[in-house]
Amino acid sequence: MSQQDQKDHQGQQQPEPLPVHTTTIQKVRIMMKEELETTNRPDNTAFTQQRLPAWQPMLSAGIVIPGFVLIGLAFIGIGVALFITSQNITVLEKDYTGVETTSDCYKCSNPSDKNCTCKLEFSLSTLFEGPVFFYYGLSNYFQSQRSYGASKDEYQLSGDLDYFKTPISACSPYQYDANQNPIVPCGSLANSMFNDTFKLYQIVNGTKKLVPFDGKGIAWWTDYNIKYRNPSVTPLKNAFNGTVKPSFWSKPAYELDTSDPSNNGFVNQDFLVWMRRAALPDFRKLYRRITEGDYARGLPAGNYSLEIAYNYPVLSFGGRKKVVFSNVSWMGGKNQFLGIAYLVVGSLCVVMSMVMLIVYAKFKFPEDD
Amino acid sequence: MEQIHWVRHRWQQLVAAESGQGRYSAPDAVPTKSSPKLHNAQLTGKRRTVIARHGPYQHEYDSVSKGCQGNGIRTTKYSLLSFIPMNLFQQFHRVANLYFLFLVMLNWVPVVEAFQKEITMIPLVVVLIVIAIKDALEDYRRYYKSDKIANGRICEVYSKKQQTYVDQRWQDVRVGDFVRLSCNEIIPADMLLLYSSDLHGVCYIETANLDGETNLKQRQVVRDLPQGSELTPENFHSRIECENPNNDLSRFRGYMEHPSNARVGLHNDNLLLRSCTIRNTETIIGIVVYAGHETKAMKNNSGPRYKRSKLERRMNMDILWSVVLLVIMCLTAAIGHGLWLRNLEEASFLIPDTTSPALAGFYLFWTMIIVLQVLIPVSLYVSIEIVKLGQIFFIQNDVDFYNEYLDSRIQCRALNITEDLGQIQYVFSDKTGTLTENKMVFRRCTIAGVEYPHEENARRLEVYKQEEDEAMGRSHTLKSRASAKSLSCKSLSCNRSSVSLHTLTGHSEGEGEETPSPTLPRHSAFSSPMEKDVVPDPFLVQKLNCLSSPLFLLMDASMELTYIVDFFMALAICNTVVVSSPNQPRHVSRTPLKSLEDIKMLFQRFSLPRFSTLSPPHTTESTRSFTGRLFARGKPATFTPSEEDKIVQLNPGAWNELIYEAESPDEAALVHAARAYHCTLRGHSLERLLVELPGMGSLAVHLLHILPFDSTRKRMSVVVRHPLTKQVVVYTKGADSVIMDLAESPKGAEQSESRQGHIREQTQKHLDNYAREGLRTLCIAKRVQTSTEYEVWLKRHAFAETSIENREELLLESAQRLETNLTLLGATGIVDRLQEEVPETIEALQRAGVKVWVLTGDKQETAINIACACKLLRSTDHLLTANCGSKEACKALLLELRAEMECGEAAEGTSGFTLVVDGRTLEFALQEDLKGDFLELSRCCRAVICCRSTPLQKSQVVRLVQDQLQVMTLAIGDGANDVSMIQVADVGIGISGQEGMQAVMSSDFAISRFKHLRKLLLVHGHWCYTRLANMILYFFYKNVMYVNLLFWYQFFCGFSGSVMTNSWVLIFFNLLFTSVPPLLYGILDKDVSADTLIKLPELYKSGQNSKAYLTSTFWLTMLDAIYQSLVCFFVPYFAYAGSDADMLSFGSPINASSLLIILLHQVIESRTLTWLHALLLMGSALFYFSFTLVFSVVCVTCSPPNNPLGVDKLQMSQPLFYGVCALTTMLALLPRFLFQALHNSICPSDTVKAALMDKLNPDDYCKRMQRWNQTQAQSKTRSLVINVEDSDIKVPDPDFRLPSELKEGSATTGSLLS
Repeated sequence: MSQQDQKDHQGQQQPEPLPVHTTTIQKVRIMMKEELETTNRPDNTAFTQQRLPAWQPMLSAGIVIPGFVLIGLAFIGIGVALFITSQNITVLEKDYTGVETTSDCYKCSNPSDKNCTCKLEFSLSTLFEGPVFFYYGLSNYFQSQRSYGASKDEYQLSGDLDYFKTPISACSPYQYDANQNPIVPCGSLANSMFNDTFKLYQIVNGTKKLVPFDGKGIAWWTDYNIKYRNPSVTPLKNAFNGTVKPSFWSKPAYELDTSDPSNNGFVNQDFLVWMRRAALPDFRKLYRRITEGDYARGLPAGNYSLEIAYNYPVLSFGGRKKVVFSNVSWMGGKNQFLGIAYLVVGSLCVVMSMVMLIVYAKFKFPEDD
Repeated sequence: MEQIHWVRHRWQQLVAAESGQGRYSAPDAVPTKSSPKLHNAQLTGKRRTVIARHGPYQHEYDSVSKGCQGNGIRTTKYSLLSFIPMNLFQQFHRVANLYFLFLVMLNWVPVVEAFQKEITMIPLVVVLIVIAIKDALEDYRRYYKSDKIANGRICEVYSKKQQTYVDQRWQDVRVGDFVRLSCNEIIPADMLLLYSSDLHGVCYIETANLDGETNLKQRQVVRDLPQGSELTPENFHSRIECENPNNDLSRFRGYMEHPSNARVGLHNDNLLLRSCTIRNTETIIGIVVYAGHETKAMKNNSGPRYKRSKLERRMNMDILWSVVLLVIMCLTAAIGHGLWLRNLEEASFLIPDTTSPALAGFYLFWTMIIVLQVLIPVSLYVSIEIVKLGQIFFIQNDVDFYNEYLDSRIQCRALNITEDLGQIQYVFSDKTGTLTENKMVFRRCTIAGVEYPHEENARRLEVYKQEEDEAMGRSHTLKSRASAKSLSCKSLSCNRSSVSLHTLTGHSEGEGEETPSPTLPRHSAFSSPMEKDVVPDPFLVQKLNCLSSPLFLLMDASMELTYIVDFFMALAICNTVVVSSPNQPRHVSRTPLKSLEDIKMLFQRFSLPRFSTLSPPHTTESTRSFTGRLFARGKPATFTPSEEDKIVQLNPGAWNELIYEAESPDEAALVHAARAYHCTLRGHSLERLLVELPGMGSLAVHLLHILPFDSTRKRMSVVVRHPLTKQVVVYTKGADSVIMDLAESPKGAEQSESRQGHIREQTQKHLDNYAREGLRTLCIAKRVQTSTEYEVWLKRHAFAETSIENREELLLESAQRLETNLTLLGATGIVDRLQEEVPETIEALQRAGVKVWVLTGDKQETAINIACACKLLRSTDHLLTANCGSKEACKALLLELRAEMECGEAAEGTSGFTLVVDGRTLEFALQEDLKGDFLELSRCCRAVICCRSTPLQKSQVVRLVQDQLQVMTLAIGDGANDVSMIQVADVGIGISGQEGMQAVMSSDFAISRFKHLRKLLLVHGHWCYTRLANMILYFFYKNVMYVNLLFWYQFFCGFSGSVMTNSWVLIFFNLLFTSVPPLLYGILDKDVSADTLIKLPELYKSGQNSKAYLTSTFWLTMLDAIYQSLVCFFVPYFAYAGSDADMLSFGSPINASSLLIILLHQVIESRTLTWLHALLLMGSALFYFSFTLVFSVVCVTCSPPNNPLGVDKLQMSQPLFYGVCALTTMLALLPRFLFQALHNSICPSDTVKAALMDKLNPDDYCKRMQRWNQTQAQSKTRSLVINVEDSDIKVPDPDFRLPSELKEGSATTGSLLS
């Protein structure tokens, strides 16, 4: 814009407010100033002036108290539901470590005793409603330990043959055996796989009737279908050429389940269950489900005998072994804690809302009149 | 270019140190840090030689200017190539980043490895990248917005090839180049002025770009250079020797050596500074002496400052506590692991190795440090930095800080002490220009011992004040009409910002905001009507009229008359005012004199008659004839009060209006005053002054020297050859204390001595009166020199001028030699009006618990008067004055005052104590053994006023209070004398005003009016502090809460350093999922609205007492964090105990609920939630859930050993997961929620009360506000007597008008109070 233009422009716009002595130059300057102004003046918006409409959560008694009551009531409701559900779940736990001398498994507690079997007998007075899940449980067993958990080869377990020959060093000292043969599956986790086996008999009229176990689908779907893969070599045995089984194992990986060829190698259900590390040192792991034949509705009342092939040593570190029969609900296994906790928290909320109501009434309202 | 860039100091320092090119150098390190080559080269000492680039000594040019920089500038820190290495190098200067690096390396040690190697690197990489991006953007902006434009500007540079001036870019200009500039062009480099198209060899520059001053400054061509024809660089044989580049804007020393070996001194007056603008001069030519980064402008551009705030120091302490906590946790784990291993004999889950349990425990210690690394809130540093940028963004964008008049907003120069603004306990304020306008208006004067009270003038000033008030009122009513719909007091006060802007510009037009038309444009700041239209005193006018009347013959009167004429003569010429005339466009070259012929003629006329102090009668005839001439032109020369309003029109039409532009406002005021008595300064050039005297017409005064003002001499002088007597006369103007000492009776007639004695006595009396009235006083004196005296002095002065070393000292000495034996003429009293809203601001600050000290160089009476005017001192206050002459007396006095105070405390009716100390007493009081007493005394006072204090004393006082009392201090000032104080204080605030930019350059924040301090401290300070304090606490909470979850798990994994989550999620938890909401919390949270904070300054006390971040708060927060983590871990623990849950399935609800807890915790802690908060909180939660879900689907073999495949997908499909999450979240937040809710209702803090008030409807709000103020007033122990002043305080905001229905309420309040 030329100077002349500016002057003209200025002249039209505001001839009056300028003082008498103001000259053209000053006019031009004012003009320039106005142009500048737009650049320097901050935007007057709600955001830049920090005037955004806002909600103050802690100060609205009208929301806090009813909110608390509602939440409290909801919690009590959930608590009742959880409590009842939990009450309806039956759990049967039996320790078979064999610490007590009275126990049948006491004879097997000597670690030098191989291939020991013992019996665990129990009776049910009522029907144990199905489907019944059969777990084995270990106590004081730290699957969650860091180096133990890291001692495996994910690539080997996903069927990569390269890692069959050279397992990763994380597996050490279960990487190679004394003859420098690679161990497959390598690592401490696989090596320590639980190897007790169970057979359940119902004693019907003095005779033992085998309760059929269902071992399918006890591992996670993702583990079975995605994460763990056998090498695509048939027969599977060939893939393991030049490797040795873990020292603790009695059978190589490809012979874990002789009855079902597809349940071998790294996708063996028991292996998968074992490889999913428990979070806490007292844990149980699913062994079988009882869903078939006469026992589809559950375990009828009567006497039962559990035959245990006692192999797994736990006494050396003060561990315990147990078996657990349980049925499950929508919220998992039996857990009294959650229901009670919900009830407690829910009642706390309601009580507190009452307290708050009193407090508000006492301290707040007088000021308002 | 002037915009603030986000530069961090650490880089700046580094770059300054390592780059020889001095891209960015600290101002204090100037002479020594310029490249060493320069010293070794042919230059001797601290000098630089400049010769013309295309001149006769071409062969020498290269060697001479080897060390000089080109004119290209680079304010960027990096180039494209150097960015990555340099930026990394910079970033690793932080301890936090080194800590991260240490963790990364630790993770590479196999025995302690906790996570995959790449995972530990992520935090570091993310932090580095975030900062690098920020730096790159800043740097790019700097390059794009300033450097590129500046370097690409075009100017005319002499080219040898074409033998003429050709266009070149700025960056191609070199030292020794000849540059030709036209009017309104910006100066590309520091140049010596060699030629000006102006006849008198002067040129005018506007230094607005440099220091914000828009008045013109005069520069003159180097003396003894051929003028008239333009210079040709080829013939430029002279060499220039000058000092090495430095940052002193007001000093330039050097000389020019001509081929004849004659040397001409070079001064600051010859130097044209880069980035100034040429005005009023058609063409100039200069030779470049400093270019690019060596220019004074660039040397002064030191960039933002880096200070560490109190809160950050506090936080660093707590970070140390975090470290302690970390070590304790790691030790616990290490010992636990050792014991656990020892108790296990043989377990199938143990990997057999030979490591002893103790060693394994030692290894584990380091593993745990990696696992629990998040406990040290490293991301906190980055977050704080980002939050502060956000806070500064909002401060800078506050419309209330916008000054329409100057078109400026607040400048935040320090980027990291925003929260200190909320903790200020002491404010040290300068007086002139800070509390006052620094707009000097002539009020009254005393000449030759006779006082001229100028009653009319006083009335006039009142009228201006009223007009301004009216304007404010009018615009206010307009405002309220505009917002008629929302006629509530709340909405009215919201509009206050715009109202006050109106008052500022002094215009009251109805259109208001649409067409802002400041009637007083900035550049004529010193010549607003208020300052110009001085109404003369009728008696003085009468006396002056004697000049042209027959009564003039009377001897006695004429003796006085000579004083009067000399007095006005001094007022008119003893200054450095630049005169311009508005109808002559400023940018066109002009001659200030009408024509030389005219002048000559005048000179011839007046050379014969003798008009001198010694022989007044002789002048009669000639004066008469001259007066007759005046009358013949038809100008009435008699003035009566009734004709006052015509005075403006009395000026001869040909001359029109004149514009005076002065460096200091006092000068302009005095020139205007002289003008009101028709003693008009018409023109001011290098060698001549054109003055019009009443009854004598225009006289040309030969100007011999100007001895400029400096703070040590406290005076300035001009040496002129008197136009009539042809004597050499020195006119001196300065502080009364100095001039009174120098004004000795001339050795001569006894009569005159007694007369002088009388005058001195009377003048002193009047001066005291003026000071009591709060006027600034200046004394005017003169001295007539004999020609021999002058010759002797001139010789030594010339020597002083040309010397390079010690020039200042020599010049000072020379000036002192001249300014002795002065004859006192009289004194002036100048009014410096208070800035608007100063009393309100001080009132508010005092209510906020801030102690306000005024440190001023003014006289005690003036200072007390101003203190009263700005309500720092109330009528009910007890005044303690400390003036003493010796240290012993001072000690006794301090004790005495202390005693006085103690008994005064018992007495009723006093509302507080105010201590007034003068400079001498202060000097004693600041000494080691007395400062304790002094502090003890002053801390009990509500206000302290230190008068007659030097800049050094100001900073000493600030430092004393700051160090001894351990308080947060703020210093505010506008002038160079406040710089040291501003730099010492925790927060330094500069007022960009009339006194240049030195205070602003050294400040942390620069505002344009004192009243802005109120909102800056009470609102932004409060907000910034609470926000940041809360955010820091929240960060500590967040980290402790999350990390403890991992720690609790150690009890269930044999203390082996196992984690129950996937390590990616673990690292991202802090980095991505929970990082953004706290930032928003730190930037936007608002505990109380701005309006309420302004109206209730007491709320500021919460920040002063660090209420938001006490040690107890920190530990409570930590405890709460530990509680929450316990809940968050053990609820899932019991829910999953004994089940077949695997590690990640167990960790999944823990993680999810901890995220919910952390986010909801922020909701509870937030005082305000806007849609932005909601968006980000929900976004964070959603991000977490979607991330884990997607991760659990796609991550097949990634992230061993905690492969998350399928975990979260499965978990999130189970109701148990949600059941656990809901319960955990609820139980964890319950205590904090209850605590908040109950605390807020049982014993709410003031802040909460105020926040509750914000929620009320406008009517209740007003009522409550009144009640608050009432209780506040009552709670003040001694302020039972509430006078009218105090009832104003009830509603501190003048715009805060009550709606009509509430007026009744206020009336009752009033009656209650009375």
